[in-house]
Amino acid sequence: MSTENTFHRVLYIDLNKNSFEVKNREELFKKHIGGTGVAIRLLHEECPEGVDPLAPEAPIILAIGPLTGIFPLASKTVAMFKSPLTGNLGESHVGGRSAVAIRMAGYGAIVIKGKSKQPIYLSIHDNKVFFKDATTIWQMSSSFTAGRIIRQKEGNSGMRSIMRIGQAGENMVSYAAVTTETYRHFGRLGLGAVFGSKLLKGINISGKSSVDVADSKSFRKLYKKIYDDAVEQPLMKKYHDLGTAGNVLTLNELDSLPTKNLRHSRLEGVENISGENLAKNFLGRRVACAHCPVGCIHLAALREPSEHEEHFYKTTMVGYDFELIYALGSMLGISKPESMLKLIDQVEKYGTDAMSTGVVMAWATEMMQKKKISTEHTDGLALKWGDGETYIKMVKKIVLQENDFYKALAKGVEYAADIYGGKEFAMSFGKNEMAGYHTGPAGYLGFLLGARHSHLDNAGYSIDQTDMINVPLTPPQVVDKLIKEEGLRQLLSSLTVCFFSRGIYKLDIIRQSLQTAGYNFTEEELTKLGQDIYYDKYKFKFREGFKFEDLHVPKRIYETPDLTGLITPEFIKEGLEYAKSKII
Amino acid sequence: MKLSIIDADRCVGCQSCMFACSRRTGKAGLTNSSIMIKSKGGIETGFIIIVCSSCSNPPCARVCPTGALVANPTGGVKLDPDKCNGCGFCREACIIDAVHWDTDNEKPEICVQCGYCVPFCPHGVIELVK
Repeated sequence: MSTENTFHRVLYIDLNKNSFEVKNREELFKKHIGGTGVAIRLLHEECPEGVDPLAPEAPIILAIGPLTGIFPLASKTVAMFKSPLTGNLGESHVGGRSAVAIRMAGYGAIVIKGKSKQPIYLSIHDNKVFFKDATTIWQMSSSFTAGRIIRQKEGNSGMRSIMRIGQAGENMVSYAAVTTETYRHFGRLGLGAVFGSKLLKGINISGKSSVDVADSKSFRKLYKKIYDDAVEQPLMKKYHDLGTAGNVLTLNELDSLPTKNLRHSRLEGVENISGENLAKNFLGRRVACAHCPVGCIHLAALREPSEHEEHFYKTTMVGYDFELIYALGSMLGISKPESMLKLIDQVEKYGTDAMSTGVVMAWATEMMQKKKISTEHTDGLALKWGDGETYIKMVKKIVLQENDFYKALAKGVEYAADIYGGKEFAMSFGKNEMAGYHTGPAGYLGFLLGARHSHLDNAGYSIDQTDMINVPLTPPQVVDKLIKEEGLRQLLSSLTVCFFSRGIYKLDIIRQSLQTAGYNFTEEELTKLGQDIYYDKYKFKFREGFKFEDLHVPKRIYETPDLTGLITPEFIKEGLEYAKSKII
Repeated sequence: MKLSIIDADRCVGCQSCMFACSRRTGKAGLTNSSIMIKSKGGIETGFIIIVCSSCSNPPCARVCPTGALVANPTGGVKLDPDKCNGCGFCREACIIDAVHWDTDNEKPEICVQCGYCVPFCPHGVIELVK
């Protein structure tokens, strides 16, 4: 092995002073692996208690895993921060080229603190950090253009990742995203707003280094096994074929697809926005994250005729997957694929989180239907289910926040409902807007207990689909299952392997691949480590004031038919009470 | 035998071939990779594959001042690392940028047409042909 494993290096950047330093934190990585495990430790170290999430002192932590650059599918970067949306733990994962680029630049984690004097973007190449003026691309209406400009200005194409925010981040919309490689996102929980609060437009990072492994021969053998599984397992083929969009019809069929602000769980005309129809009539290209042979990123080619001139078309590439189809399709009653794709493109352009944006607009639509708000609130927009053009205008208004109503919407649905009412149908859990699974009680308990408030925390929705429809579990049994699964997922996100590959990276393979990377753990140790990381995240949540009693559950979930028929206030209450006794 | 690009439009940009090429040397990472995948201009535009095209009278070998690079009769070029002084003339001479660079040793990395990357392309973009 070479003298220093560059993976153990943490790059600390101070935007107050435009300075940086690198520290070797071998002890941290050896104990907490990487990704989520390391990031939560760094957040404990760096985030002052009770800090305003948008204050200069609030840190941005980025961390990758020990398998990144060595094995396929370890292509995620974990971000940790204090969420401006929930006021508590913020965690978000992104793929694209980010993780490989950070590893090749020679770092395992990056910590960013402070606030720049003027808009900047960071350019990190190997051992150098450049602080580049971003004044000219700040407040540019399209994040696509800003991304392209950084791309053209900076070298190392193919070896780099470009993270950037749009106007939503600059204007500190509480659920603004950070976009990488145009179509991948640190979504959910508002990392984009944290970037914006620091006047940080983006990060361009690149490098090209080699990584020593413990034993070349066994490395090649294990690599081949993982690679073959990734391209041959039927589940992985599904991700490549229709992608997650393949779930649209399935969930609709199961009464589980949130529709029109979850007044319904099925959408009329759903086949038009199904993965099948999008693949047949719109799919223009499939692409992959760096070092992942699956290629699950689906880009639709949207061809639109000009209103002004015959035979004049513009073609836009629009990324889609299940969550976008739910949030910007069914949740808003949109079943026309062109309308949905145009709306997705608008959200992408401004850089908000798609799920939160869809849920916020769905709530506002119902508020207008119930005459609790009027066009005076919406600055003239008459909101109607299925009316994509109006929602496109609305996205811009949310981002620009020109009146009090839009200012409230920019802080999330729970915040807006606290002011304007309609909380019983404000579809958020732990102040984070819901994901697209109205599958049953396990799904909702999963949303409520997930340590990073993501639908991918524990897959409660799959417990609904496998257990609850057959032999229903009791609330404590569900919670035990959720917590156990969370532990395993903390392990995966500490390795920063994609959750899609959880069927490949089983404990034995994790143990072997870590050995190749120079870490010796037993399977028991790994299981315990996952659970410890889960509790370490809760430790941060409790420190920042999280209380189970504060969790708001919108009544709507009990009213709309679901797959299991078991969503009751009693079930959720008992589940939460049991969780409270388990998570201390 | 030489490495040939069958259909660049099938490339999804996963870079598995790049990592395979590095792994050929026993290492992970990318320093020792002599094939490069990058987007034409944003991933929505598709990808280009930059690898030695095995010219019959290779300019990289012609400009080598130390005789470290010589044309290989079976295709591609051969590097004698002991003779190479790391001047980088070969890099300048290759107009398709297929002379990659090993930053650890400051020497060129040029495809040896071994085909190790081929089975690691999930979509049959590259092939070893006679």
